[in-house]
Amino acid sequence: MADLKTFQLLVSTPDRTFYEGDAGMVEVTTSEGEIGIYADHIPLTSVVTPCVMTIHENGAIKKAAVHGGIIEILKDKVTILAEVAEWPDEIDVNRANEAKIRAERRLSSNDSNINVLRAEMALKRSLARLNAVDK
Amino acid sequence: MASMRDIKRRRDSIQSTGQITKAMKLVSTVKLQKAKGKAESTRPYFDLMYETVCSMLAKSGNINHKYLTAGESSKKAVIVITANRGLAGGYNSNITKLITNGDIPKEDALIYAIGRKGKDTLERKGYTIQADYSDVIDNPLYTDAKAICDEVLEAFTNGEIGEIYLAYTSFKNTVVHEPKLIQLLPVDAKQLQSDANADTTPMNYEPEEDEALNMIIPKYVCSLIYGALIEAVASENGARMQAMDNATSNADEMISDLSLKYNRARQGSITQELTEIIAGANAIE
Repeated sequence: MADLKTFQLLVSTPDRTFYEGDAGMVEVTTSEGEIGIYADHIPLTSVVTPCVMTIHENGAIKKAAVHGGIIEILKDKVTILAEVAEWPDEIDVNRANEAKIRAERRLSSNDSNINVLRAEMALKRSLARLNAVDK
Repeated sequence: MASMRDIKRRRDSIQSTGQITKAMKLVSTVKLQKAKGKAESTRPYFDLMYETVCSMLAKSGNINHKYLTAGESSKKAVIVITANRGLAGGYNSNITKLITNGDIPKEDALIYAIGRKGKDTLERKGYTIQADYSDVIDNPLYTDAKAICDEVLEAFTNGEIGEIYLAYTSFKNTVVHEPKLIQLLPVDAKQLQSDANADTTPMNYEPEEDEALNMIIPKYVCSLIYGALIEAVASENGARMQAMDNATSNADEMISDLSLKYNRARQGSITQELTEIIAGANAIE
């Protein structure tokens, strides 16, 4: 599909406008599961969980880690309001690895004092970072 | 007439004060540039967030949701954003005045203070300080806003508080800053709906509307708090820059006034000495 119909994509975080431009397709994970969005998608608002966002643009593929936010899909425009978004070269792999191991340990220990939800979120975030760097 | 020495001492002291205010002005100018840049780069996010929530509420009509209706408790949480330091003109007192002169009764207000100045003033006036996050204002991060947001939302969900307000100084431009008191929760759906644009494409929600609101409203509140923090920092430095600029020009004025007096006093003493010498010489003849 060389001349894929494109749509406007805007990824914004509290600190900066992360990405602004045309895209052929974008993939993210919402709270209901993974979705891939092409142009002319039905209008949809959903909640994004920590994941790898993949932007397909003119044959090029860009990956970035996105940590939670809102996605609003309109016919020719997609807006992602993310709390944090990072390109692979901005990610500190060692730190993400440590965070992953820490979160895994916390989840496997049977200590009732730990906040399971928080540890799960930390694990998801670190996995999103690592996956974005990996591929 | 004051003696020459007194005038000189006074002038020197004003001169050194003037040097300090000048230096402070320069420092806050630099800080203002930084804070302004940050405020500008974060603004698109909040505008988008606001628009999204507006259109969401406009499209979903009158739904009954816990974040959209006031809690039963008469307690009102007020997040007060001021500075940790003074010497910023009316910056801090404008915010505290907004609360003391506002409609919120003293007994019902629970203050979540960000900024030592506001906390101290309100504490002195007999308000209940529920929490203090004064360290945040030096360098506000999104995670800080989230922590504050989580705490107030928890209190709201538990029914400890019925309404949440936010008092901060909004940054219009370098010279205009406006103290503002806005209602965070319950979300004023009518106000937001009237702000939404007329575009009424039917919108689908995944998960269900109710649940989506559950997740989106906290993010909305959190982003408002973060935006307020960033704007408050810019306003603080702007206010301080103005205050210090005024102080410096006042000091300059006083110095020139005192210099004139000093020179007059010096001339006066020389004239007097001469008169005495001449009188003495005349007496000898």
